Amino acid sequence: MTMLPETTERKLGLVIDLDTCVGCQACATSCKEWNTGGYSAPLSDQDPYGADPHGAWLNRIHAYEVDDGAEGRTVHFPRSCLHCETPACVTVCPTGASYKRDEDGIVLVNPDTCIGCKLCSWACPYGAREYDYAHGVMKKCTLCVDRIYNEHLAEEDRIPACVRACPTGARHFGDLGDPNSDVSQLVAERGGYDLLPEMNYKPVNKYLPPRPKRNSATSTQSYTAPPPAKTDGSVTERLFAWADQMLSR
Amino acid sequence: MHPAYSVIFFTTASGAGYGLLIWMAIAGTLGVVPPHWGIGFAGLGLALALITAGLLSSTFHLGRPERSWRAFSQWRSSWLSREGVLAVATYAPAGLLGISWVFFENLSGIVVVFAIGTVILSLCTVWATGMIYASLPPIRSWHQPWTAPVYVGLALASGGVLFHVILAASTGVTWWTAGLAVALVVVAFILKTMWWQTVDGAKRSLTVESATGLGRFGKVGMIEAPHSRPNFVMREMGYHVARKHAKKLRTVATYLIFLVPPICLLLLPMLSTLVALPVALTAAVSAGAGLLVERWLFFAEADHAVMLFYGADKA
Repeated sequence: MTMLPETTERKLGLVIDLDTCVGCQACATSCKEWNTGGYSAPLSDQDPYGADPHGAWLNRIHAYEVDDGAEGRTVHFPRSCLHCETPACVTVCPTGASYKRDEDGIVLVNPDTCIGCKLCSWACPYGAREYDYAHGVMKKCTLCVDRIYNEHLAEEDRIPACVRACPTGARHFGDLGDPNSDVSQLVAERGGYDLLPEMNYKPVNKYLPPRPKRNSATSTQSYTAPPPAKTDGSVTERLFAWADQMLSR
Repeated sequence: MHPAYSVIFFTTASGAGYGLLIWMAIAGTLGVVPPHWGIGFAGLGLALALITAGLLSSTFHLGRPERSWRAFSQWRSSWLSREGVLAVATYAPAGLLGISWVFFENLSGIVVVFAIGTVILSLCTVWATGMIYASLPPIRSWHQPWTAPVYVGLALASGGVLFHVILAASTGVTWWTAGLAVALVVVAFILKTMWWQTVDGAKRSLTVESATGLGRFGKVGMIEAPHSRPNFVMREMGYHVARKHAKKLRTVATYLIFLVPPICLLLLPMLSTLVALPVALTAAVSAGAGLLVERWLFFAEADHAVMLFYGADKA
């Protein structure tokens, strides 16, 4: 089971647009809501109303300050499983609970056979796997495998919960193994990139970089103020116009 | 990396246990020690007790220990699974060796095959333990060629110290076994020094800029974490308690493993049985304490690449 498939029929994954993400956390909360009742149930929390609340979440959104001064910007950065093509999290698993699916490349944990040794979390440079302290097994993004093929849902809902929830369209779902798919074309067009390619895990998910920041040097449109409104020619207006001229001297 | 105490105990205890098993198997078949049942019982018994206690303790950090039998299934890809399979397989020749030695006082003929099997499987098991860590690319200090040799080196060195406790309590210690044990401690010292040098000299080329891919726009710093309190990833991968004492602890470990035991070992051949035993025990306790420190540092000093996303400056 933990041997990786040589190729997968499809490479389902996400494309995350760092230009449009506003860091609203809707994807994270929607993910938690869906998955705590779905394949990964439960996603337990510890000390939720106490001083040290923490729990298993499958999607985490960081915010970074990039550069500073006039060129500085805030980039919101969602981080979840990248469904890598050659992930060590799968091969290190001693039980076969971790596996990568032949048909669509989704990386899953079988919660019935996981022994909770946490070695897969050590093997993941992206921090995608979290231990569920109450359930005693590892939890990770399932790419909403229980939504995307679910014929009980309306067709527009057969996408991962995070993608469905994103209010700015910063998350895209599709087959990154098909060069003609919308997501692949988006990646080509916007220069989508891999996280930590040095690890050689070949992530399927791609990140779209923020677009270049507009300033006086890079802006293509030059700003010109609209012309002043015309006067209606009345005596009062002409009086004010005369006063304006006089006072402007 | 968070040091799981059960894993620290497991790797040190089972390492020393396999080391002692190797020493006993070789010394027994070469006639260094007589095939007396008492020596076999004490030596192999101690070795197998350490190994078994270690293996049992390693299941304590599991979320689902009752399912641990499943860990024997993925030996084709997982070093953790291979370690489990090899550890259990070692019991077969070691058990047969023990039975022949303790019940029949026989260490010749087919028993030599049991001894050879014990040695080979023990070495492979310790190697597999090291490879569990060496096979993790996100942890730069572990993912290096010296990690598995260090585990084997320390197992043979600590096993040699324990073997001399058995000798000091029974036949007495000869110069040449003491010399061999000291030589193995020196080899382990060289390996661990190479390991430390590789860790300290490594170019830590990963940064938050390269990890996020945002370095092209300028300097990157985290301004908002995804959560208000540490999550599992930060608790497990972001541990750095007492890391500021790392230098001191390295020195402590070095003295306890590589200095005190060799001195004791070299004294042993000159001492009467009555004095030799406490000296040998001192060596064993010192090596054991030093190994616990060394293993604790192995975890606490290790940086994991994921912490870059949480603003760590380098990995």
